[in-house]
Amino acid sequence: MATKIFKNLVSKMVPLAIENIDTDQIIPARFLKATTREGFGENLFRDWRYDTHGQPKYDFVLNQDVYSGSILVAGKNFGCGSSREHAAWALLDYGFEVVISSFFADIFKGNALNNGLLPVQVSDGFLDRLFHEVSKNAGLKLEVDLQEQFVRIAGTSTMEYFEINPYKKACLLNGYDDIDYVLSQRDLIESYERKKYLSKNL
Amino acid sequence: MAKTLFDKIWDAHVVSGREGFPDTLYIDTHFIHEVTSPQAFDGLRKRGIPVFRPAQTVATTDHNVPTLNQHLPIKEELSRRQIDMLSTNCQEFGIELFGLGHPYQGIVHVMGPELGITLPGSTIVCGDSHTSTHGAFGAIAFGIGTSQVELVLATQCLLQQKPKRMKIEVNGQLGVGVSAKDIILYIISQLSAAGGTGYFVEYAGNAIQNLSMEGRMTICNMSIEMGARGGLIAPDETTFKYIKGRKFAPKGADWDKALAYWKTLYSDVDALFDKILRFNAADITPMITYGTNPGMGMGIDELIPLAATQEVGEQASHQKALNYMGLKEGTPLLNKPIDYVFIGSCTNSRIEDLREVARLVKGRHKADQVTVWIVPGSKMVQQQAITEGLDKIFEAAGFELREPGCSACLGMNEDKIPAGKYCVSTSNRNFEGRQGPDSRTFLVSPLTAVATAITGKITDVRSLLS
Ligand code: SF4
Repeated sequence: MATKIFKNLVSKMVPLAIENIDTDQIIPARFLKATTREGFGENLFRDWRYDTHGQPKYDFVLNQDVYSGSILVAGKNFGCGSSREHAAWALLDYGFEVVISSFFADIFKGNALNNGLLPVQVSDGFLDRLFHEVSKNAGLKLEVDLQEQFVRIAGTSTMEYFEINPYKKACLLNGYDDIDYVLSQRDLIESYERKKYLSKNL
Repeated sequence: MAKTLFDKIWDAHVVSGREGFPDTLYIDTHFIHEVTSPQAFDGLRKRGIPVFRPAQTVATTDHNVPTLNQHLPIKEELSRRQIDMLSTNCQEFGIELFGLGHPYQGIVHVMGPELGITLPGSTIVCGDSHTSTHGAFGAIAFGIGTSQVELVLATQCLLQQKPKRMKIEVNGQLGVGVSAKDIILYIISQLSAAGGTGYFVEYAGNAIQNLSMEGRMTICNMSIEMGARGGLIAPDETTFKYIKGRKFAPKGADWDKALAYWKTLYSDVDALFDKILRFNAADITPMITYGTNPGMGMGIDELIPLAATQEVGEQASHQKALNYMGLKEGTPLLNKPIDYVFIGSCTNSRIEDLREVARLVKGRHKADQVTVWIVPGSKMVQQQAITEGLDKIFEAAGFELREPGCSACLGMNEDKIPAGKYCVSTSNRNFEGRQGPDSRTFLVSPLTAVATAITGKITDVRSLLS
């Protein structure tokens, strides 16, 4: 079953210069009662976006009209905490396709990749530069090229290459799916099980 | 070649691996719960495939269950539906469920070990980041996302890049009133909330070996709070004694064979780690967090660090956290009045925790203005507490003993700390709003929680022990 194919993009950015953004902020636990993958975007960053009476907080970037686009730029250690994949679903459902940070928590990174949301890890210096440039010009666009593995401020030479596991890159570019890949190894799995059973290291 | 404990277990589970690709890792035991599994079952249905090895998955309900009147139908519709859906899925796909009302129901990381399902040398995963808890038995155990839950259901395997190895040694004698929770809060405060990212940690040293299994679980539980994928501890006599005789543990000849294998599970003396850290147990005091991630911790009698002493990049986060908490840099936390005390979560809700709580509170009473909830980790813990008469001690102290579940650890059910209120909690996360919108959390050990409940103010437990 194919997943979403990732296409290169050029987009404005939404800057969220906060470090250690945990998945409880991205999507609070009380919104995890749904049993489908859709609709979580509505509650993305719920408690930062709305006050306890449900009124928008205008000091939060998602409520500021000048910022838009499908790239979220966030402070380091993005996505720490709970393993909830709902965090990746919420970001995608809201319309983000790329998250840029100087550091990602492991589980979040895996969850993002498994859903076609691209986590791009850049250097601290480049991240600071992005925050700085966006604060001066909210209309600035960023070019994200997965094939060549770089991000560039559109129309400039300010760019940085990023790393991605080659297997995951192939999955994103082609819409491959882990389950199809592992299911194709069924014989190997069954022979592993037989060996394990014989050695009784259960 | 000399191998670490982690490598021994990992290598024994690699089904296939090739350059540039993640390893296909065989998973022995898979735990599931109501919150992170429904979309995975849906995926299987869409593909039209069964669960590959249903006997190797065990289900429980924990995150979203009420902790009062569990025998009654759940009032809130969305929660009821989510829990019903787990039953339907388990029935349809042939998976054993310890659901509400079942004598084995409980928080997944409490239930697995106490039933003897968690075993040394095995690979264990669950759609929950605190799966690292099971590493206390010398297992490779870690949390996964829902897509991976689906992958494990479909294939009993995961695709994984091998993480780096870190060893954290703690040696020496722990002081009075200092427990496993303080050790791990101390380690995280030294490493920061991201300091372990990319690593799998082995905890070693005599201060770790001297801990009970419950203490070891508390340590491994919080590995994720420094970003590590998981943590583990080499199994020893303490481990074997704990497992022997438990419901699903191997018996008879199977036990002897298993034991012989388990005894080979340790890091060889000259095994290489990517990073080694050493701490002295005597440096650790009762700990408390002051901020909004578990790395923001300090000794309970210290002053809240000044922003100026933080790394330049961290200063704004530090200030943001203190604003949220309503605290000031350079001030003490001792004697700060508290509204709630929560004793529970997969970090500290085992029978040993409850015994410790009872021992300290016996003959004492909570302060009037404080609400105290004790939420046992499982039905078995709750039953045991009642059998031992701990419930009477709690009642006399004004502590409310509720029914098992995750409860105010994540505030998904109705057990929420009201906005602006302060909660001293034995759980593992103090994120903004974790225990309810705008709630403020201080993470501590069970002993510190009890001491605070008694006085109604943040209290150094050592003052009650001397
Ligand atoms: S008790 Fe808390 S940390 Fe543990 S599994 Fe439940 S929600 Fe997660």
